[in-house]
Amino acid sequence: MAHARLTPRQYLILGLVSLCAPLGDTCLSRGMTGLPEITIAHPATLFAAVYTPWIALGIALLIGFFASYLTALSWADLTFVLPATAFGYVFVALFARFFLHESISLERWAGIVLITVGVGFVANGPSLTVSPKVQPETNAGAADVEKEQAR
Amino acid sequence: MTIPSPAPQPGFWAATAMIAAIVLASTAGEVLTAAAMKSIGDLDEIRARTGLKGAIRAVLTCPLFFAGVSFLALAFFSLLFALNHMNLSLVAPASASLTLVTNAIAGKIFLKENVDRRRWAAALLVCIGVYLLAH
Repeated sequence: MAHARLTPRQYLILGLVSLCAPLGDTCLSRGMTGLPEITIAHPATLFAAVYTPWIALGIALLIGFFASYLTALSWADLTFVLPATAFGYVFVALFARFFLHESISLERWAGIVLITVGVGFVANGPSLTVSPKVQPETNAGAADVEKEQAR
Repeated sequence: MTIPSPAPQPGFWAATAMIAAIVLASTAGEVLTAAAMKSIGDLDEIRARTGLKGAIRAVLTCPLFFAGVSFLALAFFSLLFALNHMNLSLVAPASASLTLVTNAIAGKIFLKENVDRRRWAAALLVCIGVYLLAH
């Protein structure tokens, strides 16, 4: 199937999206579990949480994630970017397995396999829906090739 | 030194409401943000033309982007709130995997993206995979 190929730079950006998001979330969780209970009656405590080191680091990583995510969304579909970048969860699990020597249960290996297969599905398809104005249905392949040549 | 005792786990409906709030807010935020970025155009090209400042200006002058970011911020604070009441091992996989599916539906309806069988399959596989992995 002919479709616009991603450049190495674009793969790099998808990689950054994948890595910064789970690492940032991990920092946030580490920061939040250390805090006393936050209730809806005292919403100010939620904002104070932003200044603790783990949460600040988590937010810095998530800002990096957001910048690369916005860039990715500017040239690829949301329904392409989201599954493709879920691969970050796999990176983090494998990192925990081989560098932190955590054990991975059978359930988690199953999760890794499913995500990898899912990412393979989208990665093999087109990354961007070309609008019908530009691309008549009968001429799908040709329009993609034109787009590729225009790059 | 006293170790703070963990908060009691909320009931089924409270937990559902907290996760639903995260999923709805982040789906709305992601769809609006994606629409904003599509209206702006390829950021790499904009940056090549007008530099990093030009790219940042292009994003910051787009009203749709701020609508998206408001919902994403709402989702972020709902997540922080939920994490303080429930285990990460429930909140993170449940909200992340449900968001993949709601985004596929919203992407098809609102962004008119071509969600073909390949993308449905990917959304579902990754949804189950994320749940299993993060659980």
